[in-house]
Amino acid sequence: MTGERRLAGPIVAVVASAVLFTLLDLSGQAFWQGLVINLAIFIILVVALNLTSGFTGVFSLGQIGFMALGAYVSAILTLPLREKGNYLPNLPGWLAGVHLDQTVGPVPIGFLVATLIAGLLVAAVAWLVGRVLMRLSGHFVAVATLGFLVIVRVVLFNADSFTRGSRTFSNVAPYTNLWWAGAWALLAIYVVWRLKRSSFGREMFAQREDRVAAQAIGIRVMEPRLLAFVVGAFFSAVAGALYAHFITSFSPTVFYFDLTFRVITMLVIGGMGSVSGSVVGAIAITVLAEGLRRIEDTTLLYGMSQIILAVIFLFIITFRRDGLLGGREIALDRLFTPGWRERLPWARAGGTTPPGSPGQSP
Amino acid sequence: MGDYFLQQVVNALSAGSLYALMAVGLAMIFGILRLINFAHGDLMMIAAYLAAFSLGAGLPLQVAVPIMVAGTVLVALLMERIAYRPIRGAPDVAMLLTSFAVGQILQNGTLLVTRLADKPQQIAFPSPPGLGGVTTIGPITVPQVNVISFVVGTILLALLTIFVTRTRLGLSMRAAAEDLVAAQLMGIKVNRVVATAFAIGGALASVAGLLFAVQAGQINPYIGFTPVLKAFIAAVIGGFGSIAGAVLGGYVLGFLEVFATALAGIGDLLPPGSVPDPVREFLQQWLPSSLASYRDAFVFIALILVLLVRPQGILGRRDREDTL
Repeated sequence: MTGERRLAGPIVAVVASAVLFTLLDLSGQAFWQGLVINLAIFIILVVALNLTSGFTGVFSLGQIGFMALGAYVSAILTLPLREKGNYLPNLPGWLAGVHLDQTVGPVPIGFLVATLIAGLLVAAVAWLVGRVLMRLSGHFVAVATLGFLVIVRVVLFNADSFTRGSRTFSNVAPYTNLWWAGAWALLAIYVVWRLKRSSFGREMFAQREDRVAAQAIGIRVMEPRLLAFVVGAFFSAVAGALYAHFITSFSPTVFYFDLTFRVITMLVIGGMGSVSGSVVGAIAITVLAEGLRRIEDTTLLYGMSQIILAVIFLFIITFRRDGLLGGREIALDRLFTPGWRERLPWARAGGTTPPGSPGQSP
Repeated sequence: MGDYFLQQVVNALSAGSLYALMAVGLAMIFGILRLINFAHGDLMMIAAYLAAFSLGAGLPLQVAVPIMVAGTVLVALLMERIAYRPIRGAPDVAMLLTSFAVGQILQNGTLLVTRLADKPQQIAFPSPPGLGGVTTIGPITVPQVNVISFVVGTILLALLTIFVTRTRLGLSMRAAAEDLVAAQLMGIKVNRVVATAFAIGGALASVAGLLFAVQAGQINPYIGFTPVLKAFIAAVIGGFGSIAGAVLGGYVLGFLEVFATALAGIGDLLPPGSVPDPVREFLQQWLPSSLASYRDAFVFIALILVLLVRPQGILGRRDREDTL
């Protein structure tokens, strides 16, 4: 009985988004479709950053570096053979023959394979980097991962034969559509949600709250941190691949600090540690930024929208550091179980507290 | 070859002085508040704009510099009062993220102001008389600003040393860095100490900003980002939170950078006959001049190595909370 009820909430959410996507797909409104694809990519990024940083307290600023690697790796892999010759003439032989542009009917199966390869490759890189960096804590890990972002940028700018250096990488096939972006976003949310409720997730939160106490009762520190870092990197790379095949032309300058800060803003506004908070934060900031951008375009006051977003960020971090949801969840799986009213995030009294709700360790 | 070497030494000292001027500000503030102030680089950027606008308006250097320093110090004090004081004592990462937001506001604020003043985003820096040009020291010719950077940097850092060791306020500052709560209990006015640290940091950053802008020749709202990262690395290498460490780290980083760059392509530079041919070929193959463009990547790899091997830096003390 309760098992069925538990499934009801998530199923309603999935069906609702499927209906929304179908309507949007049929409507042919390119602007709104683009906005939703953008939103889905940001949701993947924020959920992944939440896993890496919000769950474990090990704040990573290198996530956009993983996204950049994912974008470039997948774009190189899906480039058709004849364009590869003109476009990246100096590719090494083993890579020059690869072209994952196959489709089965309407499904670009090559793109899926390229996305998975990019994700796994980047996850492997993250494992190597993480084994070293996850030993650090506090702001030192933040700056070391920022160093990783700079290193990725320098490499992308200089590895001309793979990335065309500072020149724009264009001619990427526009494979990313509503369905790809939406499905990956759902998968990311599902995986991170399950991880949060797993024993690994509880270890992540435990060592975040009090590392010494956690270690003293035998809770591991390195393993959960590394798992969070690697899985987060995988989904960041997937977001990069989706972005590359959505925007179709990009250069290394995109993947830098502004984007990093945008994702962090979404995470902090939603609340670190709360998966539903990440989704709320991504929606809120994407919509707000789009609105502000339109005002900026008409008034020509460039920079104003960034200032407003940064001021909002300052207010949140000063007065409501746990974010809009206060580190709690909108628990879809208990949406239709008895007593759901008390569990709403804004209902302070009663309800179960999800693990790690007090934001950060004091 | 000897001249080339000497020239690189001057370049390294000049770069090191700028890093030291920036790193000291970061280290002072970190020492007291445990805040990594990433907006510190944007103070440097604002100083460059203030100087560019003053000089562009036809003011002489003697007037432009005080305007620049005063303006930058004001911005530094405002950011402490408005953004950092309300979250004093918050978790490390919350403070770090706040400084990113402050940086975004300063950068985009500058962008907005240049936009309203109908200026392009990237402007040429008007090279003031007495700072531009080249100078000859013995056998070598170097840009005058490099020599001035070293001289000015040394003087300012010496003055700072006198301030922190010989004055009452300097002593309070060191006490606050030692233990903020205990210092407060001893009757030290913490707000005044913190404001002083921000003011001094801002003043030093403004001088660094002027020298940096003269060297670079042009400025945009984003020039502060890379220098503040480098200054942070310098402070980490020297030992975070220690003023002497920050200065030492600044010069170490200056030398590391200049000589790492000079080492790339060394095979082509060595005069004929000075090394056996196999050695030259080896150098040409493994240290090609194209490696020089990877300089920033090497600098960060060095940072990560320092954080792992000796997180307390050269002069710092071990802080058990920072690594596993």
